[in-house]
Amino acid sequence: MIIPDPGFLLTHYNYWTSVLLVMIGLYAMLAKKNLIKKFIGLNIIDTATFLFYISMGDVEGGVSPIIAHGAGHGAEGVVYINPLPSVLILTAIVVALATTALALALAIRVYEHYGTLDADKLAEML
Amino acid sequence: MTDLASHLPVIVILLPLLAAYLTPVFGYKWKGSCVPVALAALSLNVIFSYLLILQVMEHGPIHYYMGGLPPPWGIELVVDYLAAYLCVIISFVTLMDAIFSKDFILRTLGERRRVYYYTLFLLLTGGLLGASCTGDLFNLFVCFEVIAISSYALVGIAGDGKGVLGAYKYLFIGAIGSSLMLLGIGHLYINTGTLNMADMVVRLVPIYISGAILAGLSLCVVGFSIKGGLFPLHIWMPDAYAGAPATVPVLSTLVIKVGALALIRLLFCVFRPPFITEVIPVTTLLTWLASAAIIICSIIAISQQDIRRMLAYSSAANIGYVFLGIGIATPLGLEGGMLHMLNHSFTKACLFMAVGAIISMTGIYNIRDFGGLSKRMPITMGAFTLAAFSMVGIPPTCGFMSKFFIAHAAIMSGTWIFAVVLLVSSLLNAIYFLRVVNTAYFGHPCDELKRNEAPLSMLVPMVIMAIGCVLLGVCVEVPLAVLRPAAQLLLGV
Repeated sequence: MIIPDPGFLLTHYNYWTSVLLVMIGLYAMLAKKNLIKKFIGLNIIDTATFLFYISMGDVEGGVSPIIAHGAGHGAEGVVYINPLPSVLILTAIVVALATTALALALAIRVYEHYGTLDADKLAEML
Repeated sequence: MTDLASHLPVIVILLPLLAAYLTPVFGYKWKGSCVPVALAALSLNVIFSYLLILQVMEHGPIHYYMGGLPPPWGIELVVDYLAAYLCVIISFVTLMDAIFSKDFILRTLGERRRVYYYTLFLLLTGGLLGASCTGDLFNLFVCFEVIAISSYALVGIAGDGKGVLGAYKYLFIGAIGSSLMLLGIGHLYINTGTLNMADMVVRLVPIYISGAILAGLSLCVVGFSIKGGLFPLHIWMPDAYAGAPATVPVLSTLVIKVGALALIRLLFCVFRPPFITEVIPVTTLLTWLASAAIIICSIIAISQQDIRRMLAYSSAANIGYVFLGIGIATPLGLEGGMLHMLNHSFTKACLFMAVGAIISMTGIYNIRDFGGLSKRMPITMGAFTLAAFSMVGIPPTCGFMSKFFIAHAAIMSGTWIFAVVLLVSSLLNAIYFLRVVNTAYFGHPCDELKRNEAPLSMLVPMVIMAIGCVLLGVCVEVPLAVLRPAAQLLLGV
């Protein structure tokens, strides 16, 4: 077992936050009874994924990859961040939004029909 | 013509998506217009997929660069033998299902919802075709989300209690799968710096045994297994299938096939065979999970009274055959698994169409009430029986051929235990399918015996599917001509 030095752990705190958020989200999904709260757990996992992607695209001291007016290709000494993860996450955010909207719409319908959003009570009725 | 032919991969994907935007536009004014638009798009798609597979058979896999940008920067579509094969299956089965839906959805959902139904139907078709043809991992995720969101909505489209709860359950489990998939793809991307599958293969080789790669692999495998409905992640299937209109499970049958395809892509195209069979034996795990799926889901299916739930568990068992074939990871095993994708799509489509016709004409879905149904709906029950025989695996139906191939592959690779699993499962299938057939033909008829056959628009696709079940069993060489090179390409032999 290799134990990384504390400095490594501290400088990568955004990844640890992402791991922590996934755990919190999983806990909410498993332990909460309310269907909407369960779904909030899923949104937390999604957010953790977004954080993970955005963190990996970032470069320390990097600027947004737009070539300034007048400057040629790859100006000297300028570090750009990786724009691809941000673009990917824009797509993933839209997807998460659509899923959330659909889930809430379905939750309203479930409540209309059964009068409860408690997962245990719903399981008994089904 | 040559110009059109070079753009076939993207046309096949965009055609249903384009039609999906046209249906609500025209449907807003003319409610009935959704049917001709959908049928025209899907018929054209069948022709284009057929041209595509001809092109692939002649010239080998097609690489299409979206927007003309070469792979590491642009999105690449890769139509190999397996993708072209799946495109043909998807186009054909969705066309049949769309014809069947014309009257079926009108009866069950009404005219207004039929427009929404066809819109979602076409979106789902576009997503399925996109997911089978893509050569880019993130694009695969996006296509899976298109599939997932439209199929959640389709399951709950009836708006009744059972449907929305089934849809919520499906959405919940499916969304977990999507998140895990996204996280896994992130792990692979952060380590290789590319999302293109062909590019990733090369860059993965020096860093195979690292914690992050293995985490990415396992997250993706779990994500795709949820989409593919592999045991024990199949739990969304029974409620979703029982709550949805009977044409939706036909599409869902295709969704789980594409889940299996994505797993094949990940295991055999991104990670290469020696790694996944020997270093990290994912395939061994798959074979055991698949065997558990086959036996356990078949046993649960026996205890079901609702025929839709019974068919759902049967689907969960049948996707087990596909994964078993993949897990054996020999050319013969892969051929058998991929052949079962085709055979199960046809057979299950026929079964669900028959059940849909029975439910819409008589309202019966409990197997106990099936008595005398053979007199009331002779053609429907005839098609159901033929497909049931195919499920059990009675020669010369197509179900026999794929089971035979997988069992043969299991024995050849020295894991004879899986051949035993297949034999036992055939017996279990016989128990639950022949129970239905027995009740329908020889059970006590309930009240009326008036002939009450489904309309022609439901009968024609159902009968075509039933004939297909037999034809594919007899002409097994036709799909095999595509699958042999497909298996060789995947295994790299």
